[in-house]
Amino acid sequence: MSITYLEAIREAQYEALRSDPSVFLYGQDIATFGGAFKATKNLSREFPDRVFDAPISEDAMIGMAVGAAVEGARPIVEMQFADFSSIGFNQIINQAATLYWRTNVPCPITIRMPSGGTAGSGPFHSQSMEAIYAHYPGLVIVTPATVEDAYWMLLDSVEINDPVVFCEHKFLYYHLKADRIGDRELPIGKARIARPGRHATIVTYSAMVHEALRAAEELQLDGYQIEVVDLRSVKPMDTDTILASVARTGRLLALGEAFPWGGVTAEIIARVTTEGFHLLDAPPMRLNSKDTPIPYHPNLWKAHRPTTATIAAALRTLLRH
Amino acid sequence: MLLSRVLEEKLGSLYRAGGRIVGGVYLGKGQEAFSAALGVQLRKGKDVYAPLIRDQAGRIAFGEPIIDTVRTYLGAVTGPMRGRDGNIHRGRPKEGHMAMISHLGSMLAVASGALFARRLAGRLGDSVGATSIGDGGTSTGAFHEGLNMAAVEKLPMIVSVANNQYAYSTPNTRQYACENLVDRALGYGVEGVTVDATDLASCLKAFRAAVARARAGGGPQMVVGTLLRLSGHGEHDDASYIPDKARQGPNARDCLQVAEEFACAHGWMTPAEVRELHEEVRRTVDQTVSKVSKEPTPDPYKENWQALSCAELVEGQYKA
Repeated sequence: MSITYLEAIREAQYEALRSDPSVFLYGQDIATFGGAFKATKNLSREFPDRVFDAPISEDAMIGMAVGAAVEGARPIVEMQFADFSSIGFNQIINQAATLYWRTNVPCPITIRMPSGGTAGSGPFHSQSMEAIYAHYPGLVIVTPATVEDAYWMLLDSVEINDPVVFCEHKFLYYHLKADRIGDRELPIGKARIARPGRHATIVTYSAMVHEALRAAEELQLDGYQIEVVDLRSVKPMDTDTILASVARTGRLLALGEAFPWGGVTAEIIARVTTEGFHLLDAPPMRLNSKDTPIPYHPNLWKAHRPTTATIAAALRTLLRH
Repeated sequence: MLLSRVLEEKLGSLYRAGGRIVGGVYLGKGQEAFSAALGVQLRKGKDVYAPLIRDQAGRIAFGEPIIDTVRTYLGAVTGPMRGRDGNIHRGRPKEGHMAMISHLGSMLAVASGALFARRLAGRLGDSVGATSIGDGGTSTGAFHEGLNMAAVEKLPMIVSVANNQYAYSTPNTRQYACENLVDRALGYGVEGVTVDATDLASCLKAFRAAVARARAGGGPQMVVGTLLRLSGHGEHDDASYIPDKARQGPNARDCLQVAEEFACAHGWMTPAEVRELHEEVRRTVDQTVSKVSKEPTPDPYKENWQALSCAELVEGQYKA
């Protein structure tokens, strides 16, 4: 028996619906059809009164979830692709994110965003939106990289009394498997050392954790031990764990799949250089996608995002300093 | 209506005097009948109300105490927004009074969501939701998405559209191309009526009927009120773009005066009683403003500066 990252997301929603009658699911094609990726497969059969197809109206979907949350519901809204959340952007950053601060009424909604690139998906079905949302106060942004985190962090997200943007990576949906879902280990807000090392630190999240681990394997053949920090949530960002890792290794590579301008990797570098400059033995490095829309053809797509090879090359440069 | 008018006049004079009100002041002058006629149909604690800019009258009719208005305008910490937001951006969501954001059309889905959740929990009962918008706001994608969704879900929503001819300075000819705004209702599969919004009696009849249809399961109801905004967009705006012809037209009738004349003509009040009522309301408003003026404004050193309700998720708070 094994369970995929996608199945873990489905199981977590099943468990949320089962354990809490105030949870309901709202999204395009999620009821009978089970969702574009089948993340809600059969859930409408199990919970016919709490799984609803939504019109193609991302703005209204989020607005509706906020109103429902005011009334004590805990909606999980599925954006069919993270890219389409741009249509719901206003409701996310201005309605959901400000509600508690303005009115003292919490806004426990979870917005699931199938994120990141897969070959052949092109500019509008591949985006990583975490940095955009992390920029705004009032939101929690989680980016699970493992099957366990996909399951437990989704359940945690539903329990949190604030709006959570749940960035689940489509590339991991089918490829990433675990024998079983282990115990809940870390709370949201705490990073995980995915691989210990002492020569350099890669701080990353989501699907890039796995590319980083492969690059670390490659560098091990050259005798380098690379530490990989999986942020798990980009907001809150676990600066303490990042700094502690850099204190051990003296070298930092911030890695992300999102576009290069600003964003999570820039935030990591900013925190380490302002709070831990003295820990660094070399200038910190960043690796992101290229600064173009995300290409369609696999030849281009593979060269657009960081890969094991480009990460390994960046590490070698970092280690030469 | 009268309380709203007098309160807003006071807020306008405080704004012009400078100092006390730091942000803008947005009046509903000329829209009180239309706004209040909806507000009086709603029951605070049972119904959901998501008012907009020019709904001071509707908010009073719904049951919002005017001290909430004054405290929000003056930024008092005792008010519902505690100085964190101001003027018309206020509400008490737990009492069914949603706090509008500035982005037009976006409250429609929020009010709908509250009804949706109640229905899900089996406690919708006979409650309805209501929200307001203007002619300009109907051009937004949020309005379209929200009304379509409310219609698909057949929610008991009343959508009041104050067609005051100008969105800030933009005339209706630059806002929409259909003959009548209410024609849009058909496209959403909702029932729509148009009413002379300068006439309180007509407004009351229209909203009473619309609320009854919504309560009876008729789905969303659109009520379009035809009128003219008798002020600028805000007190900073002299509305010089409104031509004299419009200012002298039938839409420019003052709904408050129309209502007072109507009451006197029916023998419900005498002109002397109307004058007395004005005085009494003025005293109430002055007393409220005077009380709030003595209340504390926010202290940045006491503000917790946390946008999340879960303190442990605020950046830098995690302790292993």
